[in-house]
Order: sequence, then C-alpha cells, then structure tokens
Amino acid sequence: MIRLTHDPIDYAALTEAVRSPRCGAVALFLGTVRDLTGEFVTVALDYEAYGPMAEKKLAEIEAEVRRRWPVGGVALVHRLGRLAVGEVSVAVAVSCPHRAEAFDACRFAVDTLKELVPIWKRENAPDGTGEWVHQSAPPPANREA
Amino acid sequence: MTLTVHLFARARELAGSAAAAVPLPPVATVGDLRRELATRFPALAGLLERSAVAVNHDFAEDSHRLTAADEVAVIPPVSGG
Repeated sequence: MIRLTHDPIDYAALTEAVRSPRCGAVALFLGTVRDLTGEFVTVALDYEAYGPMAEKKLAEIEAEVRRRWPVGGVALVHRLGRLAVGEVSVAVAVSCPHRAEAFDACRFAVDTLKELVPIWKRENAPDGTGEWVHQSAPPPANREA
Repeated sequence: MTLTVHLFARARELAGSAAAAVPLPPVATVGDLRRELATRFPALAGLLERSAVAVNHDFAEDSHRLTAADEVAVIPPVSGG
C-alpha cells in the first residue's frame, strides 16, 4: 500500500500491516526531521507534494519492489504539511521470507522514493526564514521505478 | 492551445502562482513549453533548467509532443524523505 497523509504516521500499525506468516523478516525505515543540516538549524520542515503524480510514482515503486523481491507486504507512506523536529516524515515497511532481501527491498524503496517522487521540503530556521531544498539532480525523462 | 502548468515549491514562489496558463502553438513540444515559461517568468528560468517536466504524471523529454488535454507540471529537484 502507498499513502500520502497530513496526519502523523502510525509506523507500528504500518509494520504490523506488512507482517505475514511466510515472512521471517520485516524491515522498517523511518525518515525523521533532523535539527541540523551542516550549520543550518531547522525548527520545522514543510512538505509539499504533486499529489496525483506522487501517488503514481509510489505505486510504481511498490510494483517494482514486488517484481524484484519475494515480498509479503510493502508499505510506503509520506507525510505532508508542517513537521517539527523529531517527527516521522516517511515510513517504508517491507516483509520478506529472509532478512537480506527485506533490507535490500526496503533500501531500494527508500532510495527510489527520494530520487523520483515529486515531494519537496522547505527548511524553516529559528528566525522565521526558510528555503526549499532543490539540490538533487533531475530524474532523466521517462525514468520509472 | 493553452496549457495550464502546475508549479510547486520554489518554482511556485518564483512564478508567484501554483498554476500558469501558457499559450502554445497547436504543434508544440515540452521544449517549446520550457522556452515559453522562461520568457513569461524570467525569475523561473534558472530553476527551470534544473527541473524536469511531467506530462500526465510521468517525466517527459523535451522532444515530447504536447496535446491540449495534457496535464503538465514543472518538477524542481525533489527533496522528499
């Protein structure tokens, strides 16, 4: 399953949702709001998405994970709106029969999400100023998960 | 034809709007759209060079031919996660 949400991510429920009797391994990745990026102090992040395309790309990533690994369950959830330091911005949970494939599948899903899914963060400093983060290289045209 | 181009994050701020109506000739490509956007929104030109363009929710090359029914968006370098 994939989801964009403005509500806090219940990652315990998400982890339970991907568990399966045929899977002996569950990998969970959480991205959380960090207080420092280099010298830059962050008090909050604003996340914005191009909703329909973000959902399409997340679904493509889920399909590719299922194609490449013997996945029992996979969940990709990204939070939108304003998040304070320490809050969970993204959660990826994957279950597989064995741990190596669960780790690999989870890492692929997170890495591909960060490369392809049209979501942006704005870093807000203590003085009220903020900047959108646009550092990554653009994905090549027609890039799919 | 006139296409509504969706803008996000810094691109939205630079253009001063979340959506821009961009007039194009009946036969036009993503590259033509980029040039027209840069002309209409000079402040956007720099970021536009580092941005992708999406047509109907997929990344599209500059040679991609547009139609009046397409949903088009500028995708600045993403920073989710």
